[in-house]
Amino acid sequence: MPKPAEYEFFVDSSRCIGCQACLQACAECDTHKGISLIQLDFIDRSVSTQTAPVVCMHCNSPTCAEVCPADAIKRTEDGIVQTALKPRCIACNNCVLACPFGVPKMNTGMNMMMKCNMCYDRTSVGLKPMCASVCPSQALYYGTREEIEALRPRSRPVNSFQFGRQIITTKVNMMVPLEEPLNFVKMARAMYDAPPAQDMTDDPLLANMYTE
Amino acid sequence: MSRLPKSAAEIREQFGPTLAYTSGMRLDTGVEPDKIVKTHCCFCGQQCGIQLKVYDNQVVGFEPWYEFPFNKGKLCPKGVKRYLQGSHPDRLLHAMQQDSSSPGGFRPVAYGAAIQRAAAEIERIQTTYGPDAFALLSGASLTTEKTYLMGKFAHMCLRTANIDYNGRLCMVSAGAGNKKAFGVDRAANPWSDIIGTDVVWISGANIAECAPITTDYVWQAREQGAKIIVVDPRITPIARTCDLFMPIKPGRDVLLFNGILHLMIENDWLDHDFIEQHTTGFDAAAASVKDWTPAKTAQATGIAERAIQQAAEWWGTATKSFLMHARGIEHHSHGVQNVLSAINIVLASGRIGRPQCGYATITGQANGQGGREHGQKCDQLPGARDLASPEHRAHVAGVWGMNPDDLPMPGVDAYEIFRKIDRGEIKGLLSICFNPLVSLPDNGFVRAQLEKLEFYTAIDFFLNETARYADIVLPGSLHEEDEGTVTQVEGRVIKINKAVDSPGDAREDWRIIQDIARALGRERGFTFQEPREIFDELRRASAGGIADYSGITYEKIEAQDGIFWPCPSDDHPGTPRLFEPGSWNPVARGAGPFYFPDGKARFNVAVYTSPAEDPDDEYPLFLTTGRVVSHFLSGSQTRRIGPLVDQYPEPRIEMHPSLAEKMGINDGDWVTAESRRGSVILKASIVRTIRPDTIFIPYHWADRQSVNQLTISAQDPISKIPEYKVCAVRIRKEDTDTAAGAVDG
Repeated sequence: MPKPAEYEFFVDSSRCIGCQACLQACAECDTHKGISLIQLDFIDRSVSTQTAPVVCMHCNSPTCAEVCPADAIKRTEDGIVQTALKPRCIACNNCVLACPFGVPKMNTGMNMMMKCNMCYDRTSVGLKPMCASVCPSQALYYGTREEIEALRPRSRPVNSFQFGRQIITTKVNMMVPLEEPLNFVKMARAMYDAPPAQDMTDDPLLANMYTE
Repeated sequence: MSRLPKSAAEIREQFGPTLAYTSGMRLDTGVEPDKIVKTHCCFCGQQCGIQLKVYDNQVVGFEPWYEFPFNKGKLCPKGVKRYLQGSHPDRLLHAMQQDSSSPGGFRPVAYGAAIQRAAAEIERIQTTYGPDAFALLSGASLTTEKTYLMGKFAHMCLRTANIDYNGRLCMVSAGAGNKKAFGVDRAANPWSDIIGTDVVWISGANIAECAPITTDYVWQAREQGAKIIVVDPRITPIARTCDLFMPIKPGRDVLLFNGILHLMIENDWLDHDFIEQHTTGFDAAAASVKDWTPAKTAQATGIAERAIQQAAEWWGTATKSFLMHARGIEHHSHGVQNVLSAINIVLASGRIGRPQCGYATITGQANGQGGREHGQKCDQLPGARDLASPEHRAHVAGVWGMNPDDLPMPGVDAYEIFRKIDRGEIKGLLSICFNPLVSLPDNGFVRAQLEKLEFYTAIDFFLNETARYADIVLPGSLHEEDEGTVTQVEGRVIKINKAVDSPGDAREDWRIIQDIARALGRERGFTFQEPREIFDELRRASAGGIADYSGITYEKIEAQDGIFWPCPSDDHPGTPRLFEPGSWNPVARGAGPFYFPDGKARFNVAVYTSPAEDPDDEYPLFLTTGRVVSHFLSGSQTRRIGPLVDQYPEPRIEMHPSLAEKMGINDGDWVTAESRRGSVILKASIVRTIRPDTIFIPYHWADRQSVNQLTISAQDPISKIPEYKVCAVRIRKEDTDTAAGAVDG
């Protein structure tokens, strides 16, 4: 068995089938107190079944921690950005507003921020996180770099993300197509793309339907 | 007379569905489980390995079972939350009898008295009207041991011909087609053969929602270069990123496969040696597709011609391939023909019986495979034997210690059982693991028949919608309260292990059946003390049959992570892949790999007939039905699990924006969908992922939310599967007030 530190987290949204097994399993992790800390959204269900799972990316320089006035968010030596410390968190929402990936959520019932801690009780002792354990499509994968390279020859992991002029590097990797020239993901790219065509030419269903 | 003792609303008040959420011990992270039990999920045919955490005789959570080879820890949302069905507020803890003065219409009675009453009514009905006047409806979510016992109970104890099961709504078209073409009904390959193929062809299978764990196999095949072809009227999540999507018009699958075979012949994409050596009937099949040019196929199937050409080329020129289908091509009045046409393109390619060359139906229910092999099907005896065969009757009667002449002849299918009630031929019913009021088509007819029964007893752990009509309800066992085997999608026999004891008067289903046999004074053959004893008898009964389990033991299953049947002897390792060159089977006896005396597979002329009810001017749209990922079958379990209901709270009508615009419907509007049989008022979900001439409604819901009020009871003439996937409907926008009244009432 490799040491826990050799395991990494890989996200590949192109595999995601939106089944929400990750959401349901996240709440089952002992430290999550029955609350799901992963997010899964339809991009636009009226057009496509495409969904995107979002775990905490565990930034090398976590914005959430940097903006926290109470110093409630700690990044442990193993690179995991922990959820807010209950005695310190003042529920001010700074982290919720500042995180470029939109990960932290305010839990009004508990009056504190909660977010994905990569199932710290599990991963810190060599177990896989709940979401990646159960994920039926393995859009969420937890394993070694050698494993992912062997399993996914059509893509490669990237852990840099561009927001405007800022580039953020993270512990969590995102799979991008092998032919993608950039070594970072332009997170705002879609904002400048043309919206999907509303005619037959670009509609996977209508385009393959018989027409008189 | 079986009647609803109270209004549906009053029964729901008392018996649910109540939504269970994680609370108490299940949330307390300080609780150290007493034990962790390796078992499998209670829901679909994938039968994922799972470990249940048990504390104080309660299942309090789960832990992934990473070592089980099929799913390696993976689970869908149903598997994750399955544990919430235990310790549930709706759980039936006592036997009950109908009593309209009691809350919810039922009052608890002593278990022994309930058994006596059931036995007395069975005796009365059979004495008065004949043995066949009492019918049994069973299910394919039961363990194989229980399904075997149900068949034996019908055929040996009650001597009624009328037993059938809810696999009739699920796998029978595939089963019948496989028997016609291969002589055996089982997935031909283990799922590991999906990885490494050149082409994965998926027809009518919403894999991402109905068999989620198969997704990773498909994606992994693609990582290694496979092209993925999906045929479906909807872009389901597995279709979203496939290499070729073919939006077929509902009910036209046989035409597509025939059109593909036409192109394979025209381009000589055939394995002539395989066809010559290992098959018969090719010439007739080839002649039958001669006219199905791509242009004609495109027009008839509603798929663009170039997509058909592309699919044929990828399929035709592949060196390895795996074809999968499910209810999408099977739930038709010509479901068997659809299956036969699919098998024809596999046989023409010669790609079967070798690594990465495969074919399978994706079985739906937990024990969809094992549940259709050992005698609860109306025409069947254990070991996939035929009830009509003198030789087979003699073998099984020998194991059971009875005169073969005393075995009844084959009975009728599950839907026909209700027609026989209508005709007054069946007067009494026992059901287990079956909720026909939700799951059968045209369920207004089913409801009317329940009301005609003189006596109805239901075994269940929750009061399902059909059981509300029961005179006597007997409290059965949850999946985690018993042990036994099931046979999952690949044909792998696996072991379900007991985690907790049944609460209250509830007990293992096989004990309840045996108690009725004893109360009838016919306990010989029904004195098993544990499931292992039933399994050992089943092994003897199946020996020498096609589904031969004789070499399988509980210990061997655990040691090898399951055993693929056939496994005819103690030293036999099991058979993960069927039809391998040189393989032996009890029918061919060495003549060839297929299960016919000459060892050859059969091409069949697959005939197209239109669906029983195509759209017309009055009802201009196709209605097709299916599942969503967070619910299972009639919803009796999943509609009681809070987080799964939150994920998909109510059925919606899926429709294309061009249709919605024409009808003046916006997303979320109340819409009436209406067929010649019934109507339903649900909210619209407007999506570009469905053909504009088709609407989709999932079927897991009951009462006024049940889409089976609309569906048609037309059946395949061979398999008797109902045509859930096509009927004609019309829709209209409903105003909010009318809709609210209709839904609440």
